[in-house]
Amino acid sequence: MLLETHGLTASYGQFRALFGVDIAVAAGECVAVIGANGAGKSTLMRSITGVIRNQAGMVLHRGEPIGALTSADIMKRGIAMVPEGRRLFPSLTVEENLLIGGQARKAQGPWNLDTVYDLFPILRERRKNPGTALSGGQQQMVAIGRGLMSNPELLLCDEISLGLAPVVIRDIYAALPKIRASGAAIVLVEQDIGKALSVADRVYCMMEGRVTLTAKAAAVSRQEIHAAYFGEAA
Amino acid sequence: MIWIDTIVQGILLGGLYALFAAGLSLVFGIMRLVNLAHGDLIVFAAYLILVGVQLLGLSPWVAVLIAMPLMFGFGWLLQTVVLNRVLGKDILPPLLVTFGLSVTLQNGLLEGFSADSQRIPAGTLEGASLDLGLVTVGVMPLLTFLSAVAAILTLNALFYHTALGRSFRATSDDAVAAGLMGIEPKRIFAIATGIAMVVVTLAALYLGMRANFDPSIGPARLIYAFEAVIIGGLGSLWGTLAGGIIVGVAQTVGAAVNPEWQILAGHIAFLAVMLLKPRGLFPRAVD
Repeated sequence: MLLETHGLTASYGQFRALFGVDIAVAAGECVAVIGANGAGKSTLMRSITGVIRNQAGMVLHRGEPIGALTSADIMKRGIAMVPEGRRLFPSLTVEENLLIGGQARKAQGPWNLDTVYDLFPILRERRKNPGTALSGGQQQMVAIGRGLMSNPELLLCDEISLGLAPVVIRDIYAALPKIRASGAAIVLVEQDIGKALSVADRVYCMMEGRVTLTAKAAAVSRQEIHAAYFGEAA
Repeated sequence: MIWIDTIVQGILLGGLYALFAAGLSLVFGIMRLVNLAHGDLIVFAAYLILVGVQLLGLSPWVAVLIAMPLMFGFGWLLQTVVLNRVLGKDILPPLLVTFGLSVTLQNGLLEGFSADSQRIPAGTLEGASLDLGLVTVGVMPLLTFLSAVAAILTLNALFYHTALGRSFRATSDDAVAAGLMGIEPKRIFAIATGIAMVVVTLAALYLGMRANFDPSIGPARLIYAFEAVIIGGLGSLWGTLAGGIIVGVAQTVGAAVNPEWQILAGHIAFLAVMLLKPRGLFPRAVD
């Protein structure tokens, strides 16, 4: 497995946010993690990327424990994050925001400035602008491009459609198959169930810090999702 | 004509204050750390250069080149071993730690070098001057000013045209997101403090060649540096040069009116800027 979590727990002070979460992602796979606000999806992403530190054995990358590593070390292993809220660097231009994504990890792969600009052509026009001077959708493109610049094995996308207009979401989702085709696995954290299922191979549903459903995206029924999402029968 | 001379001397003096301040500005800009020991670190570096000159018989210009990498290493260690442990949301622990470092450095230097005032010998440069027609300027103040401009140009080039500078700015914006990009914020902070100590060493050279120094003068240098940084706008390097020049010109103009007013005039200029522009002249867009 490319990435596994085993009994992953996480807390914010006294508040326990994750209760023994087990997920697995295979190389090249696209996995959706869905759930309502506060279900623990973003905490799961923060735990995998070392923003919240864990016991080493709770997170495995290719079978090796990485739960106690720093964010930077985890990123250098090929796990890139598109964080919730995009978190572009305001002091950096669009191009610098992209460059910094590939600065620490020199890996062979299809992604570089040119191929990211080909994926999102509008960014080429705006490359000298400050990253945060762009529209929300364009900023999201920068955040995804920045994640790709390190040619990751796994791209974690946290709420990439949040707060964006439907037409913009459509453009961003149109890029995901191209990213998959380049060989990267994707974990898609989403509240928009329909969007997530349209591109994912498998889906995990979370509620109150636990995984309540694991299923193949093509085979899962509305009722199953409803029950797992809200904790009640449809 | 005397006024032109006064202002030119003030601008050149501002170069010295900008050199005092550039390291402080750099460190604050990247990690929001106010280093209360900054003035004492300048004095420490001045003694380091003095040791090179007196014990090893080196020229000050060679001694400073040897002191720079040593001070870089010292800054790197200081940040890694001490300051990184206290940086966080609370601004009080780093203030207390750097205050303690200030006291420790002053007393350590007092033990090592006594309270006698010292000077780094600058040879014939000490009294040399250049006739520029309208005004005559000292070679040493002119060199100080040119060094300050060169230091700030170099730091700006580093900041805006290198991968390391990109990491500095990104870490300053959002250390957590920088971590997600594979950047270790603590390593970046250690390099930044190392670079600040190189600038401190350059400041120390001119401090020691232009006037006498002893272990107790650090805090007063810190005040001038602070004023330059805050007038310029926290974290802006060119602002820091402008701030140094404003303090320098205010001091020489004050001294021209009445010699007792020199220091006071600098502080009044600082207060006046704070009244008119509380965030300084060139504040960063993002704080």
